[in-house]
Amino acid sequence: MKPTELRRQIRRRKRWDVIFTVVGIVALMIGVLTFAALFADMAIKGVGRLDWDFFTSFPSRRPGQAGILSAWVGSTLVMVVTAVVAVPLGIAAGVYLEEYARKNWVTDLIEINITNLAGVPSIVYGLLALGLFVYQFGLGQSILSAGLTLALLILPVVIVATREAIRSIPQIIREGSYGCGATQWQTVRYHILPYSSAGILTGVIIGMARAIGETAPIITIGALTFIAFLPPSPLSAGPFDWLFSPFTVMPIQMFNWTSRPEAAFQVNAAAAGFVLVVMTLAMNGAAIYLRYRLRRNIKW
Amino acid sequence: MSAPDTLMKTELLMPQEKAVAAPAPKAEVDDLSFYYGDFKALKGISMPVYERKVTALIGPSGCGKSTFLRCFNRMHDLYPGNRYEGRIVLHPDDTDLLARGVDPIEVRMRIGMVFQKPNPFPKTIFENVAYGLRVRGESSRRRIEDKVEQALDDAALLDEVKDRMHEPAYNLSGGQQQRLCIARALATDPELLLFDEPTSALDPIATASIEELIHDLKQRVTILIVTHNMQQAARVSDFTAYMYLGEMVEFGVTDELFIKPKKKQTEDYITGRFG
Repeated sequence: MKPTELRRQIRRRKRWDVIFTVVGIVALMIGVLTFAALFADMAIKGVGRLDWDFFTSFPSRRPGQAGILSAWVGSTLVMVVTAVVAVPLGIAAGVYLEEYARKNWVTDLIEINITNLAGVPSIVYGLLALGLFVYQFGLGQSILSAGLTLALLILPVVIVATREAIRSIPQIIREGSYGCGATQWQTVRYHILPYSSAGILTGVIIGMARAIGETAPIITIGALTFIAFLPPSPLSAGPFDWLFSPFTVMPIQMFNWTSRPEAAFQVNAAAAGFVLVVMTLAMNGAAIYLRYRLRRNIKW
Repeated sequence: MSAPDTLMKTELLMPQEKAVAAPAPKAEVDDLSFYYGDFKALKGISMPVYERKVTALIGPSGCGKSTFLRCFNRMHDLYPGNRYEGRIVLHPDDTDLLARGVDPIEVRMRIGMVFQKPNPFPKTIFENVAYGLRVRGESSRRRIEDKVEQALDDAALLDEVKDRMHEPAYNLSGGQQQRLCIARALATDPELLLFDEPTSALDPIATASIEELIHDLKQRVTILIVTHNMQQAARVSDFTAYMYLGEMVEFGVTDELFIKPKKKQTEDYITGRFG
């Protein structure tokens, strides 16, 4: 083949690179621009409404005086319960499945089920929680019920993230540890957990970021849409009384405001939405930073 | 197996004229077979491993030499479907390493291993060497420090790392990392040290330093080394075993095996006609 012909042929083959690049950019932009537009719209509408009073006021019939105090406190407390429950359970399950469980059809079945659980609509978790936590266990329409519900919801995410983080640890590291006479638990404790912590943490935060925006299961278990008091402080009441307090969360507050006819409430909803998105982004930012920090010292 | 049996087997494997110089066996492999599931990877291997000598395992890729080595510290127990037959008797207490009642952890506490690719833990240099002591429950800071220093010295690494003991181990070069892994194994005073192609990932200079180290270490520990490099086997070992397709073809004093192999198959391999 002559050089000129060769070059023409290369150009012809490379055309597909150009075509794919264009398709890829378009696909990417559809996602990015949609989010940017939504976020910008919400920011433009809502930012003007954000001031100190907005964060420290209870909801009100008068849009100008309404705030998100009970909502952000409720969201934060529910997230605390979710994290405290889902993180240890999820990590323990993931470590067990990867390091301890024999690989047979039972573990395969469990694996398939966990993956499927991640795709179950959140309303289904809400219904389960209503029957189980609220009525069966008698936990009531409380922060504890909501936290447990969301913990169930993100458990598959935490388990899958844990397993993937553990799987990325080279086998030779395990063999090195066992070769020194370590037991299985020592290997998990000194190697598996520390080296997979970055990946696990990322999974946890992604799960939490999903949970904080969940509305359906929280409504199902009976969260209030209008609440003008805070859960009892652990200092003034019993240390765990707040767990059984009625509550509301950010997305429910938003939903409540968007369903009002007055335009001023739409502004409040946009402002609350802005705060919620910023909370989510902050969590994701923290995940990225922590992953970077934890991975810096781990190489193989 | 009774004691006379053991003696006879040793004599069979050891040429009579060398028996005078023959040291005591640290371990004896007796009719060892190993299965990966249904695949029989090792077929009835018997050989001695002499105390404070270097024994090399050579043979073409896939001959089972690494599989054989990993039987000594029950590494195969980590994976399902593996099965041993036969015995590996560790002296002086005549413990059968492969016996069901013997915990692989006990075996690995007595027998150290250095792997093909340097595998320091992503921790500090100090913590790498201290690891074996920590898993044994040693809590005295002083004793750990003394042991770590001693092990690093024995692994000819102390001078290079003494000022940066608390830096990450992966900052070390490949050769240093491998010596760190040797120090990690030495820190717990193993009776037998297994090397699985320890220099295959290293450059010639690092290789030379590891070989020199192995030569020095045999003063105090019995060494079993797998190598794909015949020159290396000739340089570092006192005894050599040639394996092929899971069988022990020939075992003997290294000099004799390389100069005057008894089996045609061994000769073909070491002269490069095959393998």
